[in-house]
Amino acid sequence: MFRRLSDPEKKVRMTFEGQDITAQEGESVAAALLAAGITHLRQTPVSGHPRAPYCMMGACFDCLVNIDGVSNLQACVTPVREGMSVHSQVAEKDLLHEDG
Amino acid sequence: MKTVDLAIVGAGPAGMVAASEARGHGLSVAVLDEQEAPGGQIYRAVEAVAAQAPERLALLGEDYAHGRRLAENFRVSGAEHIDRALVWQLEPNGLWYLRDEVCHELKANRILLASGAIERPVPIPGWTRPGVMTAGGVQILLKSSGVVPDGRVVLAGNGPLLYLLAAQLLAAGCRIGALVETVPYARYLEAVPHLPAALGSGYLSKGVRLLRHLRSSGTRIYRNARDLRVEGEQHAEALCFHAGGHEVRLDSDLIVLHEGVIPNQQLTRALGCVHRWDDGQKCFRPETDEWGNTSVEDVLTVGDGAGIGGALAAEHAGRLAALEVARSLGYLQTRERDRLSTSSRRQLNKLLQGRRFLEVLYAPPEERQSPPDETLVCRCEEVTAGQVRTAVRTGCTGPNQVKAFTRCGMGPCQGRMCGNTVSAIVAETQGITMEECGYYRIRPPIKPIPLAALAAAEVDCELDDVAQ
Amino acid sequence: MTGKPASGTTDLAVIGGGLHGCSLALQAALKGLSVVVLEKDSIARHASGVNAGGVRRLGRHPAEIPLSLASMRMWHEIEELVHDDCGFQVSGQVKVAETEGEMGNLRLRAEQLRSQGYEHEVLLDGEELYRLLPALKRGCPGGLACLDDGFAEPYRTTQAFRRRAEALGVRFLEKTRVLSLEARCSGCRLSTSSGELEAGVVANCAGAWAARICEQLGEPVPLEPIAPMMTVTQRLPFFVKPVVGTTGRLLSFKQMPNGTVLIGGGHRGRAEPQHNGTALDFRRLIRNVQIAADLFPSVRGARIIRCWAGIEARMPDDIPVISRSSTASNVLHAFGFSAHGFQLGPVVGRLMSELIVSGESSLSLKPFSITRFQRDRPAATS
Repeated sequence: MFRRLSDPEKKVRMTFEGQDITAQEGESVAAALLAAGITHLRQTPVSGHPRAPYCMMGACFDCLVNIDGVSNLQACVTPVREGMSVHSQVAEKDLLHEDG
Repeated sequence: MKTVDLAIVGAGPAGMVAASEARGHGLSVAVLDEQEAPGGQIYRAVEAVAAQAPERLALLGEDYAHGRRLAENFRVSGAEHIDRALVWQLEPNGLWYLRDEVCHELKANRILLASGAIERPVPIPGWTRPGVMTAGGVQILLKSSGVVPDGRVVLAGNGPLLYLLAAQLLAAGCRIGALVETVPYARYLEAVPHLPAALGSGYLSKGVRLLRHLRSSGTRIYRNARDLRVEGEQHAEALCFHAGGHEVRLDSDLIVLHEGVIPNQQLTRALGCVHRWDDGQKCFRPETDEWGNTSVEDVLTVGDGAGIGGALAAEHAGRLAALEVARSLGYLQTRERDRLSTSSRRQLNKLLQGRRFLEVLYAPPEERQSPPDETLVCRCEEVTAGQVRTAVRTGCTGPNQVKAFTRCGMGPCQGRMCGNTVSAIVAETQGITMEECGYYRIRPPIKPIPLAALAAAEVDCELDDVAQ
Repeated sequence: MTGKPASGTTDLAVIGGGLHGCSLALQAALKGLSVVVLEKDSIARHASGVNAGGVRRLGRHPAEIPLSLASMRMWHEIEELVHDDCGFQVSGQVKVAETEGEMGNLRLRAEQLRSQGYEHEVLLDGEELYRLLPALKRGCPGGLACLDDGFAEPYRTTQAFRRRAEALGVRFLEKTRVLSLEARCSGCRLSTSSGELEAGVVANCAGAWAARICEQLGEPVPLEPIAPMMTVTQRLPFFVKPVVGTTGRLLSFKQMPNGTVLIGGGHRGRAEPQHNGTALDFRRLIRNVQIAADLFPSVRGARIIRCWAGIEARMPDDIPVISRSSTASNVLHAFGFSAHGFQLGPVVGRLMSELIVSGESSLSLKPFSITRFQRDRPAATS
């Protein structure tokens, strides 16, 4: 669905569902995922339908993902960081972190 | 806790210019913005693109590159730039924000809201599928990452941004399968009387250039399209519509929707500012005076968040608001303020007059105010237009009642994507005007915040926790 | 929808379109009276539409227990009454003791109730408590519970009462403000923003605005507007079924059927009845969230989506006024439910309608008399 005009110059390595992804420093998680060909970022909690980034400016909340164990983060306003582990947010499992 | 003279929310053109101007008169200024770098959506990543990707700066064009100067001035102005800050609660003389998952409070003698616009939602059946994006979203990918669409791309809707994006994508070497315009033919006639003012503003010549470029590239253009819908279950597969007496189905990998922009009302609504329905711009906007003062004391708003005027108008409005704040805090005499504001005031008026043509020509088509029953209007809670209509018929007299009854607008986007559509459906079903219908009450936090961050915030007042 | 102008005559005029007003309207219509409901905003606009929805007998003031038990029986058959299940769910309500001292207080309470013949509240030991609330922080010695209590959807409930009443001929006049009330022996004359109305009986169910009506009748009341604050999170996986309260601190905590968690019952915001609104006080709200996060550590990972406050009113003794007027025999009052009126809604409407039709109510309303504070006030109320 998307391609990069040029290869990332300052590379950042991260994963999505365990798959290695190379991102460009300074870009958002959503941009990195779309550039890597990932188009389904979450399932809605109501019907379970897949969703992807829609507005890219923090308004629509359709790009919610789990990053390093923290759920409900907006991929389009979260900058990529080296070693980041991103997971798709599936309806019922995105919830509570275990400290209780 | 820190107190500044002026807290500005948003580092787009209005916020950057207001900050620089206010600093020039000696005010202490803090600018809070969600992004890592100043620029807003219009000049997103402009500093990085200029420094690292000059070829991308060239293809994005002169208007985009202009933002670099605003960012430079802002950087050296001495205003504190609080980046990656999510402002989640406003009070008349202070605000709360989240940064790195920690809550902070900031006090300010004046607050200037410059949170800009969001794209007008385009609720058509299937618009929630992966493979459908907004034009602004696609443009942000290009600006901030040099990422462009690949495969069969269809652009649909209307408005300057759609044509600009098309030109930028062509310049970047993309192929555009088709451009599907949703401008009813009648609009051209309605817009003609506003042509002379538009000629003076420069908008028109830009538009004509863009269209010519598009046509010469061989992009197929469909006009007067209606009954738009997206087909495909797990992913968008095709855009279907009616044009020129035919049903058209365009297979597509990416469908890009755009029908103009509207003020982002979340902050001004949450503060309780009075809003009015602007029938010219077909949107709600906060009521302000000529300086940007809202109905709430010590709170101003300018730029596209106060009514759509575009990036250049936002600069001038930002300067005027800064002068007014400087006057109200005693840094400037009224006479000084007025003298310093004449040039910006004149240019602002000229720019705004020129927009009338665009507003009329690119008003959203009526079918968007009244989507088919099966359309999801609330993307978060997946509430359809039909469910909203049923709720109204069973006694929900306004948007807030519909919200309480259907959960429409109660998801994480807090009504940003459905607010206008729900008001439009309620107004239509009840036979009342948008002004009478009104809008959701916006509740804090303005964006969802972690419970742990709030629980970790320091409480500096004595509270007795014993049950009453 | 605003109906015809408020003109003509009616058996009963109800001031206030909240749950109590709608419930009374329905019950009076069932008894054959003609009824008009006058609402200055829209039905269920304030506390009735935005409260936490608790349907609770647990922890009631002794004076309220007979009413609460009778109302609970009505809740269990709510669908027959209003043709809508109101989202009512039996989830249980639990009051947690965090310390041995608090557990002692709960034991005392249980014994007192038993000695008065009530058996709806049951003591839980630690094991029973954690079986009901596995996500609760460790170390709580036990609790007190009403296992047949639950919760409902407040806005939907109030609308259901309204719709049922409307089907029986009750007229609802929204955006209709009562400007003046004149009570005579023959009946009452109401001047409203949409016309004049003659009513045989008037019921003051005006919630946080009820004191104004009392003043017009020459019987001022010490009614204090309050703004209970609510916080709701994103949807979470199911981890708590009963509605949970605390014994020594302020909290009401529950998970809705859609997975969102509602935190209420804590420190309050500012009520601004003159502006028809409320203001949140985040310093206090943070304290409420801290207590919730302390009791249920796993909720710390959730995101808060929305906070709000509804406008309500309390009496100094935290029980309502449900009473005939002391100055006008054809005016009745039901207000001041002190942030726990939702569960009482069904029965209060019934008792008030009994008062109107037969002059007697099937349960004693003596503790709720409007005169109970009058001796505290010197005569100088002019």
